[in-house]
Amino acid sequence: MGDIWNGLVQALKLIVHLDPYVMKITLFTLFVCGIATCIGMLLGIPIGSALAIYRFRGRKLLVTLVNAGMGLPPVVVGLFVYLFLKRRGPLGFLSWLYTPKAIIFAEIVLAMPLIAGITMAALQNQNPKIRMQAKSLGAGEARSILTLLRETRLSLVAAVIAGFGGIISEVGAAMMVGGNLTLNNQPYTRTLTTATVLEVSRGDSQMAIALGIILLTITVLLVWVLTLIQQGTLLSQPARVARTLLRGRGREAKA
Amino acid sequence: MSGRKMFPILIVPVLLVALLIAGCGGNKTVARTDLILATTTSTQDSGLLDQWVPMFEAENPYNTKVIAVGSGQAMDMGRNGECDVMLVHSPADEQKLVADGFAINRQAVMHNDFIIVGPPSDPAGIKGTSSAVDAFKAIANTQNKFISRGDNSGTNAKEITVWKSANITPSGTWYVQSGKGMGDTLRIAAEEKAYTLSDRGTYLSMKDQLDLAILSQGDLALFNNYHVMMVNPDKYPDINLAGAQAFEDFVLSPEAQEFLNTYGVDQYGQQLFYPDALSQ
Repeated sequence: MGDIWNGLVQALKLIVHLDPYVMKITLFTLFVCGIATCIGMLLGIPIGSALAIYRFRGRKLLVTLVNAGMGLPPVVVGLFVYLFLKRRGPLGFLSWLYTPKAIIFAEIVLAMPLIAGITMAALQNQNPKIRMQAKSLGAGEARSILTLLRETRLSLVAAVIAGFGGIISEVGAAMMVGGNLTLNNQPYTRTLTTATVLEVSRGDSQMAIALGIILLTITVLLVWVLTLIQQGTLLSQPARVARTLLRGRGREAKA
Repeated sequence: MSGRKMFPILIVPVLLVALLIAGCGGNKTVARTDLILATTTSTQDSGLLDQWVPMFEAENPYNTKVIAVGSGQAMDMGRNGECDVMLVHSPADEQKLVADGFAINRQAVMHNDFIIVGPPSDPAGIKGTSSAVDAFKAIANTQNKFISRGDNSGTNAKEITVWKSANITPSGTWYVQSGKGMGDTLRIAAEEKAYTLSDRGTYLSMKDQLDLAILSQGDLALFNNYHVMMVNPDKYPDINLAGAQAFEDFVLSPEAQEFLNTYGVDQYGQQLFYPDALSQ
């Protein structure tokens, strides 16, 4: 018990003093997962929408692939990305292995199906009449889809957060393709999860606890935001604030 | 109205892109080439490479990517041209790699020794046994738990040779394979009150956190020597030959070799590695 307590105290000191090593790893993790989520979103939302809206040959196969992709084991993704990116692999000429790009690549593969799958499920649950109604009001194809997406925005945000949460807590793929490296004495491909694994194997539990606390804080914050969105209190908030401001301005103008 | 409704959806990507830009700031690319060093977990877990690599990088334009795996896997990487230079400790396999033409310029870098560690209470009674074979026999006879690396590392290879010399094929519930690096395996042995074979460097660097004692040492069979070698450019012309040569020159240089004489003395009260390329 003494060990845990001591470790916690030292870990909090590392965080409070903004230990440069801990901060670099935290920023790097947010950076990598942020980019991967953005690209995963740019790919996943259109794919999920297309699968939900259109009927075409091969759709069932694609739906199955996306659904299967939602449960991909990170270690397997890591292995395949490794095999593709290694020097003598098909994409070896890129020299991406053991760079942040490799981690981003693997995390996109993990996040994209999650985002596409949740988008697809959410759109399919929407009333299909929304799009017809928009069309009957003169909206074109693209415009009608945008209307549908807008009506589904809560689930889309949830999809993106689920994608981000899935990859930030993942260790297998990041370890295999990133290598958990330092370069020039600075963390280079070291994420919160891979660094934790290393510190545990070295027996530096204080550092491991500090990294763990940060990771836990980030995921708890994500879940909290997700809950607020689900309960509809977060996204209605800006709108309400905006309305109040506008009303206030209107009154001023009158006065 | 519709514009305002879209606003919240736009917040998330904008925030993420902001993070992206913030992250890019700390991620400057330097005009240096990458060098992949495949090595054993003991050189990393003992902290030696944390000291050596920055010394090397300060003088040479190479970004050294240290892939710390078992010696077996490190040499597999060399055989497949997935690394440029290797620092390993599994002499029989190293000689084979050189004989097969996949590695060149094999040079002795440093040595220490393997030690048999276990619970201080020493239930198998091997304390003071100077013969590794006798110690292993006692552990097997009393069926005390033994944690093997089980990962084709240099330490694992040494362990297997000792079992062979003892004419024992270890099996049964007392023989556990961790499949992990030296640091992890030592922690598992401490938790399980088990015996294991470790290189002295990793053990010394972790001994304060572990309830493990050195129980048998000094057998010539437990000599542990590290060699550096580079991937043969005739097999893989695209390796970073200049970088591999520079790294090999560095580890054999008086600077790196003399550093070994001081490394760990202050922190662990004992030298972790002994230089092999100093006297020439």
